[in-house]
Amino acid sequence: MTEFRTPDQESWRFRRRVVVAGLFVLVCFGLLAARFYYLQVVRHDYFHTRAEDNRIALLPVVPNRGSIVDRNGVVLARNYAAYTLEITPSRAGNLDETIDRLSEVLTIEQRDRRRFRKILEESRNFESVPIRTRLSDDEVARFISQRYRFPGVEVQARLFRDYPQGATASHVVGYIGRINDRDVERIEERGETANYRGSEYIGKSGLEQSYEAELHGTTGVEQVEVNAGGRAVRRLSRTSAMAGNDLELTLDIELQKVAEAAFGNRRGAMVAIEPATGGVLALVSTPTFDPNLFVDGISTQDWKALNDSPDHPLLNRAIFSAYPPGSTFKPFMALAGLTTGKRTAGQAIADPGFFAFGGHRFMDDKVGGHGMVDLHKSIVVSCNTYYYQLANDLGIEGIARFMSPLGFGSRTGIDIPGEAEGVLPSPDWKKRRFRRPEQQRWFGGETISVGIGQGYNAYTPLQMANALAAVVNGGNVYRPHLVRHVVDNRSSAKRVVEPEPIRQLGLKPEHVATVRSAMVDVTKAGTGARAFGNAPYSVGGKTGTAQVFSLKGAKYVEGRVSERLRDHSWFIAYAPAEEPKIALAVLVENGGFGAQSAAPIARLVMDYYLLGKRPNQPAAEDVDAAESDE
Amino acid sequence: MTESRFHPLGLLRAFLRPIDPQLMLILGALLGYAYFLMISASPDRLEAQAINTVVALAAMWVAATISSQRMLSLALPLYIVGVVLLVAVELFGEVSKGAQRWLHVGVTRIQPSELMKIAMPLMLAWYFQQREGQIAFRDFIVAGLLLVVPVGLILIQPDLGTSLLVTAAGFYVIFFAGLSWKLIVPVALVGIIGIGSIVAFGDTLCQPGVDWYGMREYQKHRVCTLLDPTQDPLGKGFHIIQSTIAIGSGGVLGKGWMAGTQTHLAFLPERHTDFIFAVLAEELGLVGTIVLLIIYVLLLARGFQISINAPTLASKLLGGAITMIFFTYAFVNMGMVSGILPVVGVPLPFVSYGGTALVTLCLGVGILMSIQRSRLSSPK
Repeated sequence: MTEFRTPDQESWRFRRRVVVAGLFVLVCFGLLAARFYYLQVVRHDYFHTRAEDNRIALLPVVPNRGSIVDRNGVVLARNYAAYTLEITPSRAGNLDETIDRLSEVLTIEQRDRRRFRKILEESRNFESVPIRTRLSDDEVARFISQRYRFPGVEVQARLFRDYPQGATASHVVGYIGRINDRDVERIEERGETANYRGSEYIGKSGLEQSYEAELHGTTGVEQVEVNAGGRAVRRLSRTSAMAGNDLELTLDIELQKVAEAAFGNRRGAMVAIEPATGGVLALVSTPTFDPNLFVDGISTQDWKALNDSPDHPLLNRAIFSAYPPGSTFKPFMALAGLTTGKRTAGQAIADPGFFAFGGHRFMDDKVGGHGMVDLHKSIVVSCNTYYYQLANDLGIEGIARFMSPLGFGSRTGIDIPGEAEGVLPSPDWKKRRFRRPEQQRWFGGETISVGIGQGYNAYTPLQMANALAAVVNGGNVYRPHLVRHVVDNRSSAKRVVEPEPIRQLGLKPEHVATVRSAMVDVTKAGTGARAFGNAPYSVGGKTGTAQVFSLKGAKYVEGRVSERLRDHSWFIAYAPAEEPKIALAVLVENGGFGAQSAAPIARLVMDYYLLGKRPNQPAAEDVDAAESDE
Repeated sequence: MTESRFHPLGLLRAFLRPIDPQLMLILGALLGYAYFLMISASPDRLEAQAINTVVALAAMWVAATISSQRMLSLALPLYIVGVVLLVAVELFGEVSKGAQRWLHVGVTRIQPSELMKIAMPLMLAWYFQQREGQIAFRDFIVAGLLLVVPVGLILIQPDLGTSLLVTAAGFYVIFFAGLSWKLIVPVALVGIIGIGSIVAFGDTLCQPGVDWYGMREYQKHRVCTLLDPTQDPLGKGFHIIQSTIAIGSGGVLGKGWMAGTQTHLAFLPERHTDFIFAVLAEELGLVGTIVLLIIYVLLLARGFQISINAPTLASKLLGGAITMIFFTYAFVNMGMVSGILPVVGVPLPFVSYGGTALVTLCLGVGILMSIQRSRLSSPK
């Protein structure tokens, strides 16, 4: 149904519509005018009172941040109250002059001024900015007596975060820092802006970051009367803040200390896991750093020292650095052989000292070979030839298929941020990793090196420890976790962070038993015997060495290569062998052979955990062990 | 002619030719008012706002020099570019504050939804122009579809404020083109009943577990905060509580310029942008707010006058729609600041600090000027 109209009719219709629109506009503006009249005339007295005589300010009441304790209740992170001296820029007048005059009363160092400037830039004009933190009682008294000279300067009692264990476990606990622009955006994205009003700090790394939502708590509101100067004079009402929840860890801080001390000044990492639950008992990355440096905003000097150090103390090696597993990969390979049926326990091969593949000889460490080698012996003497063959029989895809469910090459999901994936090599992976087609092809020879834990594969110490824990507990892969309970700060109710089995591997008990018995013999008669031979408990373990530098045919002589090019030293172990309570992976960067650096550290850790024996010095490097190693 | 081009006075005359003196006067009054308020609300941003104003006036001048016929010939390409950019935002846009609105183009980033505020009425006006004399019900369906697609894209960003403005812009064209009252009245009734029931049953609907179909949590939150600002005194409710106190405490004559306590003790949030009206109401009182309303009424009256006198249907529709967009900005902003509408990020037109909105609005004024000029030069 089409109506035809002349342009003149259209024009009249438009005119009528404009009149309607105009009326609508007038009605709406009339509504607004009525609203203004209501607010500004009818209720003026009420609002006038609220705004002029009693300026009511809504102040946020910042909740206390939850504390963090280890499995025995030892405090790792807590709050303490201290006085700070703060300046409100909008009321202080000339800031430089104010600070200069303040420095006549109190010591104000150059770094205090720098920090003040930095925070000032990030904050709004009416927010008070600290110029000095942690005033002594004496300093507070001195300032108070002269307060009249300093408008806009006030002493405030504030809570500070303190990490009493200092550098111990700093990679686990992490630290908090001042909220910056990026944090603000993240807070807005989570819709938490209101809850962070007044909050100055937020978790920046470690548990402080990953459990931010638990630790922060709920901000309260205080209605206060503010006088003409903007100073609170009377509290009208208050909704209390709800303190953040406490975290109770699976971590044993004493064990952590023993482990960190055992590393001495060597770089490396260690992860110890309770196989039955996936709970992390210790997670070490050395060197460490003091998280207390970050709380107030780290000074440029300290930051430079940490950031520029060639040892990279801020790097969490236990979860972020991936290393080739070397011979510690062999027990898992052996299990793959048994599970897939490519090998049986009794089957033996003759080891001539090399494995020939595609016109190239893959060498064993022992010249002339180990003779007849079965699966048990292959682990105990760490025979390369056995695994060259096995890798060839399994094929790279067979290896990847078995290793992937163990967690190799994927994040374990541990409850601290910054985990790396590692590399579980496969033809697919190579296609994704490399651009040029000639680099994307997978070569059979590359499979052979993967069999002994060299080549492309690289895993974090956490992945190694978690995979070992899964094997020795009979095949349950857990999501490793550092927090055991979240404790509600008001009701003290404990919420258990459940051991979370990710998958069941379906391993045959007799296969696991075969591999475990070989690993026990490693510490009795094999490459781990020098470190564990005289232990009063039985241990299953495996040493490993990760090549850092390929010497292209030249014989590796330790003394000749510079320290940074020395091989990485691995040791994985569990104890007691009959019913494992602890499974761990130790890595010492440039530590040489596994038996030389890593195994002695594992020994000290196990001695403490199982016997309560506390060492009095770092683990010694067992130089002689180098001769007998893989 | 050649001579006068080099004559300074001739140059000035040529420069001023596209400018409609009445609109310019009203616009000048608004911008001056804005500047006056900005001195009190946010003196450190005066310079930036001056630059924004110059850019916006330049944009206005350019729009005014383009003939409205040529402008309409740009309608389709502009509309298509706008939709394509909106899709691009959805695919590659930058997420800021939980919403995807910005698109990086080389060195700068743009907000395609802003473009739609002009492109939408232009497109629809062009469309109805094509159908002039034979506009049928079918055409309103087509127009509705042209409107729904970009609005939907803006809504999922999500940006409630802009999608509201674009919807309004498109709706006004359709309305002026003669959309049947039989359709408008029922929709308006449903709307009124809907809003009425939200107000009536607000307590139940705002329970934490209740899911509002099709709305984001933060949008529900905004509506609920409007119904009861005290529920969220530190969050969105803070804005409304503090701005109502500012307005109410202003009284008839206000506390005086530069003397607003709410403003200067920093109780007012975003006092230079969306909430600048509260500064005005606090410092200049009811008198100041009524003066602003009067200036807006003058602006709208001139806009309507130009539209009624416009020579073609398209320019009538476009002019009417642009005028109503000015109204929508003003009404939504003042309504939100005085607590009768929810907090949606809509600035006070020509007054709030910020370059993007000012440029868009001044482009609108420029288009009105161009329409006015086309009447003068048309053979009628």
